[in-house]
Amino acid sequence: MADITSSVDGAAVLNPPRTRRKQGYRQSRLVRNLRESIIHALLFFAGAFSILVTVGIILSLFVDAVGFFQRPEVTLWKFLTGTTWRPLGQPVVPDNFGVLPLVNGTIMIGALSGLIAIPLGVGAAIFLSEYAPIQVRNVLKPILEILAGVPTVIYGYFAITFITPQLRSFVEWLNTTVGTDIRVDFFNALSASVVVAVMIIPMVASISEDAMRAVPTSLRQAAYGLGATRFEVATRVVVPAALSGILASFILALSRAVGETMAVTIAAGATPKMTLNPLTSVQTMTAFIVQVSFGDAPSGSINGQSIFAVGALLFLMTLFMNIVSNIVVRRFREEYE
Amino acid sequence: MMAGTAQGQVSGYIGIEGRRARRNIVGRVFSVVLLMCTLFGLVMLAALLVDIAIEGAPWLSPSLWQNYPSRHAEKAGMRSGIVGSLIVIGITALASFPLGVGAAIYLEEYAPKNRFTNFILVNISNLAGVPSIVYGMLGLAVFGRLFGLLEPGSAFADFLTSIGFQFQSGGLNYYEAQLFNIPWLSIRLPFGRSILAGGLTMTLLILPVVIIAAQEAIRAVPASVRQAAYGLGATRWQVVSRTVIPIAMPGIMTGMILAISRAIGETAPLIIMGAFTFVAFLPESVWDRFTAMPIQIYNWITLPQDEFRVHLAAAGIIVLLAILLTLNGIAIFLRNRFQIDWQ
Repeated sequence: MADITSSVDGAAVLNPPRTRRKQGYRQSRLVRNLRESIIHALLFFAGAFSILVTVGIILSLFVDAVGFFQRPEVTLWKFLTGTTWRPLGQPVVPDNFGVLPLVNGTIMIGALSGLIAIPLGVGAAIFLSEYAPIQVRNVLKPILEILAGVPTVIYGYFAITFITPQLRSFVEWLNTTVGTDIRVDFFNALSASVVVAVMIIPMVASISEDAMRAVPTSLRQAAYGLGATRFEVATRVVVPAALSGILASFILALSRAVGETMAVTIAAGATPKMTLNPLTSVQTMTAFIVQVSFGDAPSGSINGQSIFAVGALLFLMTLFMNIVSNIVVRRFREEYE
Repeated sequence: MMAGTAQGQVSGYIGIEGRRARRNIVGRVFSVVLLMCTLFGLVMLAALLVDIAIEGAPWLSPSLWQNYPSRHAEKAGMRSGIVGSLIVIGITALASFPLGVGAAIYLEEYAPKNRFTNFILVNISNLAGVPSIVYGMLGLAVFGRLFGLLEPGSAFADFLTSIGFQFQSGGLNYYEAQLFNIPWLSIRLPFGRSILAGGLTMTLLILPVVIIAAQEAIRAVPASVRQAAYGLGATRWQVVSRTVIPIAMPGIMTGMILAISRAIGETAPLIIMGAFTFVAFLPESVWDRFTAMPIQIYNWITLPQDEFRVHLAAAGIIVLLAILLTLNGIAIFLRNRFQIDWQ
């Protein structure tokens, strides 16, 4: 490895010192070939290393998940279909280990954030690609992408110190003026969904915009030539032509929302329950894993193992979404040229 | 458009001019809606920054980076978190650069076009989509516990003792061996909840991002440069190391620093693999326990008192953002410094 780093060093390599070059001439073909094959082997190892990582992920998740399901206190069937998640409840019985409340929280926040982020992201993408002058786009797009780079723990903070108070005062105003009786928990799924939406907007916008810009200009010119307005060109020519990329961006963004951890842990609460009311506290799969890890569960205990079962399920869900997005891109791509 | 004409004749004729006016109005409204979509993100970003500045700025003080965590909000700082984060990303950078760039070189310059290569590529893109929390569990299982292979009395543990490792029990059990009889050079297995384990966990997390960025940078190098070098009789590695890599370097560095910026803000993997929240000392070796900035901030957010939950957390976030900005500034500087003008 050291070999690669030292020779990768920028400018020095472009102008190698004279002595080193002379040595190079004197090298026999054998030494040179040997060096080439060693480097080839090292690079191959680096390339194949990612496979080791995948194997490591699968082993580390599933070894402990299998250990979890081998316990007499849980069953795989009850885990996948049970609607009560009380891992600390007494007695420790399969009925307390139904993962659906956590899945419910995860999917609710994923769906809500998608509902917010997808229209906004696509709108921003159309604006950046079809409406904004190039200079405006070159300024706005990087700023929008900053949103994806903000550490998620900061979004969690933003949710509980800004979004939740705003939401609660809005609902209070609604209650007094319209006479409704809506209650908003301090930890609630909606605030978490809003900040998750903000962090995935750049993903939708950026990938969709790339897809729209890849649509050949000749298509737009043809539509304009037929008398179409800018709106008609954008919605009836560019968006349909870029549809595969746009759909892929939706799935990738949703997959990120499902795997999002810190913001939902901070803002959505720690109450696993089956509910469709986004104004109450829920718990996502990721938030449960953090809760257990933060509480320092011993590695062999039922809680220490339960996070691997939940993690394995989370991994399978996001993997499924990523594979679907790959298929969408490949299946529905419009080829030009 | 045909349907529009037919309908227009049935429901009252508005004429070409009328239709054009209607289409223009629709277009005008649509463009305003689009602008608002774009501005939504920017407004949120501004709200976030203002919110943090208002809550945190009055609490910014040197004690934040001079003091260790404390139960008293006025005295509490995040010195151990700042140093911990910097060491973690240092380890991450050192480990992910050779692995990531090496993988990218292999995939772009060496790999044959076959099923195996394709499998690696698909695998990397899938790894990039794995949630960061899963990498935390990977780090916990592999670095933290070594799959539990090292329970005292196991075959692997016996093997380690036979080659000179010594069993150390304390809060956490591990096997330790001195290397070359140098007192400070030792190796421990498993890595446990050490700062080395944290750095390596982050390495696995950002590796796909580094590889993909480096691949793009290498792919952008014009083929003519390679052909010229081959024409002069260079070997493959000479072509790669003396022409392709130097040209691709600015792009690689940018991707690398963006990946590092991601690592510095990541909280979940470090919590899962067992970083501590209350650390009142600086790590002296890679085997020491550690905490990191985002973990410290998260810990403050979870406390009930407003001084911690609202103000100190915001001040900590300002420090974190400042370090992130500095890193990105360095990235831009380095990129400009190494940029090669091909004209």
